[in-house]
Amino acid sequence: MSLAKPAMRGLLGKRLRFHLPIAFALSLVAAAAFKYGVTEPRKQAYADFYKQYDTTKEFNNMRDAGVFESVRPTGE
Amino acid sequence: MLATRALSLVGKRAISTSICVRGGHGVAKVDDYNPLPDVQFVTELSAVQKSLKEKEKGSWATLSNEEKIALYRISFKQSFAEMNEGTKEWKSVIAGMFFFIGMTGLVVLWQRKFVYGPVPPTFESEWKEKEVQRMLDMRINPVEGFSAKWDYENKEWKK
Repeated sequence: MSLAKPAMRGLLGKRLRFHLPIAFALSLVAAAAFKYGVTEPRKQAYADFYKQYDTTKEFNNMRDAGVFESVRPTGE
Repeated sequence: MLATRALSLVGKRAISTSICVRGGHGVAKVDDYNPLPDVQFVTELSAVQKSLKEKEKGSWATLSNEEKIALYRISFKQSFAEMNEGTKEWKSVIAGMFFFIGMTGLVVLWQRKFVYGPVPPTFESEWKEKEVQRMLDMRINPVEGFSAKWDYENKEWKK
């Protein structure tokens, strides 16, 4: 009993036809996951931080802590 | 010397090392080249074995299973299962790995004690405390990072 002749041609094409759509789909999923898991929350965190940010108050706090070279702490 | 080598090679069932197993990517050369013709494992047959060999010349249907196995054992040293079984070499390999990793660890410890000089002063606790305080004063990464974890009202790390 002889076996059927195996596929001799089109092997790469067959592999690509199977694997490329999967690869594209997974890449899109990875990109979407990163966008909505990392970048969007990060953008939101920055937006929220600066919504409540009082520039002058923070500047004065930093100035009094003595980290600036251009201005000395208040009262020196 | 060659004869004993031939016997042990035949015991490896020369067919099993031919291209059908090894030539997966295209055989450019033949490893395990053996110029000697195959010789059966048992060369000096006993009387029982000789009569068995005569019986083999007739119809094989008359051979019992034990006789078939005996005929196999005349021709070959090991069965496929015996030939293919793994060795216990991996235990020695793992033991050697652990040993040399251990030796390396000892060398590293010795180096730390006798080769390296002292670490810079910037690693002392007081220095590090001042460093952390300065980072907080400068508001390093206040949104999501370092200073974001500090509670400036209560002067402590956020829970």
